Amino acid sequence: MLSDPLLLSRLQFAVTIMFHIIFPTATIGLGLYLVIIEILWLLTKEELYYRMCRFWGRVFAINFGVGVVSGVVMEFEFGTNWARFSALGANVFAPLLYFEVLTAFFLEAGFLGIMLFGWMRVSRPIHFLATCLVAGGSILSALWIVAANSWMQTPAGFRLEGGQFVAAGFRAIIFNPSTLVRFSHMVAAAFETSAFAVAGIGAFFLLKGRNVAFFRRSMGVALVSAVLFAPLQVYLGDWSGREVFRYQPAKLAAMEGLWETNTASGAPFALVALPDADKERNAFEISIPSGLSLLVTHTLSGRVPGLKAFPRQDRPNVAVLFTSFRLMVAIGFLFLFVMIWAAVLWKRKRLFTQKAFLWTLVVIQAFGWVAVEMGWVTAEMGRQPWLVYGVMRTSEAVSPIRPGNVVWSLALFVVIFFSIGASYVYYVLRAFWRGPDMESPIPHLQRRAGLRILEGSSAPPADA
Amino acid sequence: MLLIDVWAILVGLAMVLYVALDGISLGVAMLFGMFVSGKERSVLINTIAPVWDANQTWLLFGGGAIFAAFPVVYAVLSSGLYVPLITFIAGLIFRGVAFEFRSESIRKRAWEWAFFLGSLVAVLSQGMTLGGVLTGVVVRGREFAGGPLDWLNPFSVMVGIALIPGYLMLASAYLVVKTAGSIQDRAYAIARRSTLLVLAVMAIVTIWMPFHYPLILTHWTGTPRAYFVWTFPILGLLAAWGLVKSVRKRRTFAPLVCAIVLFLSGYLGLLASLYPYAIPPSVKIHEAAAQPESLLFTLWGALIVLPLVLAYTGYSYWVFRGKTGEEGEGYS
Repeated sequence: MLSDPLLLSRLQFAVTIMFHIIFPTATIGLGLYLVIIEILWLLTKEELYYRMCRFWGRVFAINFGVGVVSGVVMEFEFGTNWARFSALGANVFAPLLYFEVLTAFFLEAGFLGIMLFGWMRVSRPIHFLATCLVAGGSILSALWIVAANSWMQTPAGFRLEGGQFVAAGFRAIIFNPSTLVRFSHMVAAAFETSAFAVAGIGAFFLLKGRNVAFFRRSMGVALVSAVLFAPLQVYLGDWSGREVFRYQPAKLAAMEGLWETNTASGAPFALVALPDADKERNAFEISIPSGLSLLVTHTLSGRVPGLKAFPRQDRPNVAVLFTSFRLMVAIGFLFLFVMIWAAVLWKRKRLFTQKAFLWTLVVIQAFGWVAVEMGWVTAEMGRQPWLVYGVMRTSEAVSPIRPGNVVWSLALFVVIFFSIGASYVYYVLRAFWRGPDMESPIPHLQRRAGLRILEGSSAPPADA
Repeated sequence: MLLIDVWAILVGLAMVLYVALDGISLGVAMLFGMFVSGKERSVLINTIAPVWDANQTWLLFGGGAIFAAFPVVYAVLSSGLYVPLITFIAGLIFRGVAFEFRSESIRKRAWEWAFFLGSLVAVLSQGMTLGGVLTGVVVRGREFAGGPLDWLNPFSVMVGIALIPGYLMLASAYLVVKTAGSIQDRAYAIARRSTLLVLAVMAIVTIWMPFHYPLILTHWTGTPRAYFVWTFPILGLLAAWGLVKSVRKRRTFAPLVCAIVLFLSGYLGLLASLYPYAIPPSVKIHEAAAQPESLLFTLWGALIVLPLVLAYTGYSYWVFRGKTGEEGEGYS
C-alpha cells in the first residue's frame, strides 16, 4: 500500500476532505442561524438576541478559521496529487473552483472582519448586511464546489479532444443533472446539522441550569429551523437517491446491496445485509419485497439493475457504500422522529422542561456530522472507480510523483489534523463552558424617545 | 494570443497582490521574534485580525486562476514542487488557526509559537517554491518528470531566506500605520534596517540568478525589453531611498507605500524578465493555457467581480482604519 501513489493519494484526499467538511457544514448552518438571530435582534431590540449574535458568532469564527485553512489544502491537492486530471480536465473543472474563490471566498473573507469585530464601527444595517453576505457567501461557495463535484458525478457540457476535456457550454457544466439536487441536499444537511448541534448544546445547559434564558432562546430558534429542515431533508434525500438511480445505477446498486437485476417482481429493499463482493451476493439479508423498486421508480415492479449487470472493474465498494448510506438515512429519520416528538411536546408546552427529550437532544447533537460524512463517503466512494463518472478513471488521474511524497504528506496531514482537531474540540467546548458574555456594552440602539430600555426586563441574570 | 497575455498579466497581478498583502500578515507574525510581551503581541495580532483572511484569499485566487488559465503550469508545478508547496500550506494552517485558538487559550504562548513558526515555515517554503521554479523543473511532454527534491539547492534556500527581510519590511511599515507609542518606535527602526537587508538580498538574488537561468541575461540585455525590465530596479532603489527618508522624518503612510513599491518592483521585475516563460526554460505561457472559451468565461468573471472585491476589501480596511489598541475589539 505504501508504494502505490494512487491509493495513497486517494487516502490523503479522503482524510483532507473528511476533516474539512466538518467546518463548512457548521459555517453554512451557523451562518443562517446568525442571520436569523440578528434579524430578531433588529426587530425586537431585545438584548438577549444581541448576546446570542456575539456568542454564536464566536463559535462561527472558530469553525470558519479551521475551515479556511483546511480548505486551502484542498485547492492545491488537485494539482499536487491529481496533476493528470488537472492538466486534462482544467478547461471544464477549474473555472468552477476559480469562481468559488472569486464570488464566494472573497465575499466571506471581506465581510467576516466586519461581522466579527465591526459591531461598534459600523451601523446596524451595515452590520446586518455583512452577516448576510458572509452567510450568503458560504452558501454560494457550496453551490460552486457541489457543482464541481456534481460534474464529476454526472458530467455534461463537454467533449473530448485527444484525451483533453474541452468545455462546450458552461451552463450545462455548472447545472449538470445532479448539481441542484445535491446542492439542496448538502445545504439542507448543513442547516439541519447546525440546528441540532445548537439545540443539543442549549439542551445541555438547560439541564445544567446555567444561563437558562440564553440557551432556552438559542435552542428555541434552532428547533424552529430543525423542525422545518428535518422533513425537507428526507424529501431531498429521496430526490437525490432517484437521481443516483437514473445517472449512476452501479452506485445505487452498491448503496442498496443489490446484486441481481429484478425480472418478474420488484427489487427488494435490504434493511440489513452483509454484502460479499467476492461471491457476488449478500451473506445475510433482511429485506422488504419490492421496497427498492417502490423507492426509486415509484412502482411496485420497476426494474432496478443489480451489481452483476456491471463489469467487476466498474463496481464501487459495496460493503462500504451499503453501510455508509444506511447510517446516513438512519440519522435522517432519527432526526425526523425527534422533531415529531418536539412538535408534540411544544403543543403540550413541555418542550423546554421534559428531561428525556432534552437528554435526547444532547446525545444526538453531533449525529448530523456523522450523517454528512457518511453521505460524502457514499457519494465519493460510489463514484469509484471513476474520477469523472464513466469517462476518466481515478487511476488515470494521479500525479507523476513518487509514493514517498504522499507517504510523507499524508503523515504530516494526519498529525496536523489530529492536533488541530483536538484543539478545536477543546476550545469550542471551553467557549461553551464559559458561556455567553452578558456584560460587555452593546452597540448603541437608536431608540425612539420614550421607548423602554430593555436591559433587565428581558435578560435574566446569568447563572440563574 | 491577446487573451492569454491578458490572463498572464492578471495572474501576475493576483500573485503580486497576494505576496504584498499576505506578506504583511506573515511579516507581522515573524515580528513576534522581536515583540515578546503578551500585550504587544495582542496588538500585533489585532492589527491584522480583521483582514488576514481576505489577504490569504488572494493565494486561493492566484491558485485558482493559474489552474483555470494555465492548467499545465498548475499541474506541473504543484506535482514538481510537491514538498515545498505542502510545507507552505502546513505553515499556513498553523498560522491561520493560531488567530482563533490563541484568543481562546490560557496557554497563549504555545499558539504564539505556532503563529510565529507557522508563518516562518510558510515564508521559507514559499521562497523555496519560487527558487525551485527559477532553477528549473524537469518537464517531459506536458508533465513533471523530475524527482521529489529537485527544487532543493543553495539558490532556492537563498530565495527562501531573502523573503524574510522583505516581509519584515512590509510588516513593520504596516505597524507604523496601525500602532502608536513604543511599538511604533520600534517598527520605524525595524523598517529602516530591513530595507537595507532587502536591498542586499535583492542584489544577491539578481547576480545569482543568471547562473541557474542563463537565458535571463538575454532578457536583461536585449532591446526593447531591457528598457522595460530595468525600470523596476530603478523604481526599487527610489522606493528604498524614499522609505529610509520617510522613516527618518517619522512619516505615517509614506513608509508603507514605499515598502510596497519596493517589494513589487522586485516581483514585477522578476515576472518581466521571465516572460513569456511560465516554467523556465521549458514551458511558455502560450503552450500552457486553457482553451479560449474557458479563458474568456473566467476573464469575464474577473472583469465583473474583481472591481467589487477590491472595493469591499478597501471598505473593510477603511472600517478598521486608525490605530489598533490593546483592548476592546479583536482578540485578547
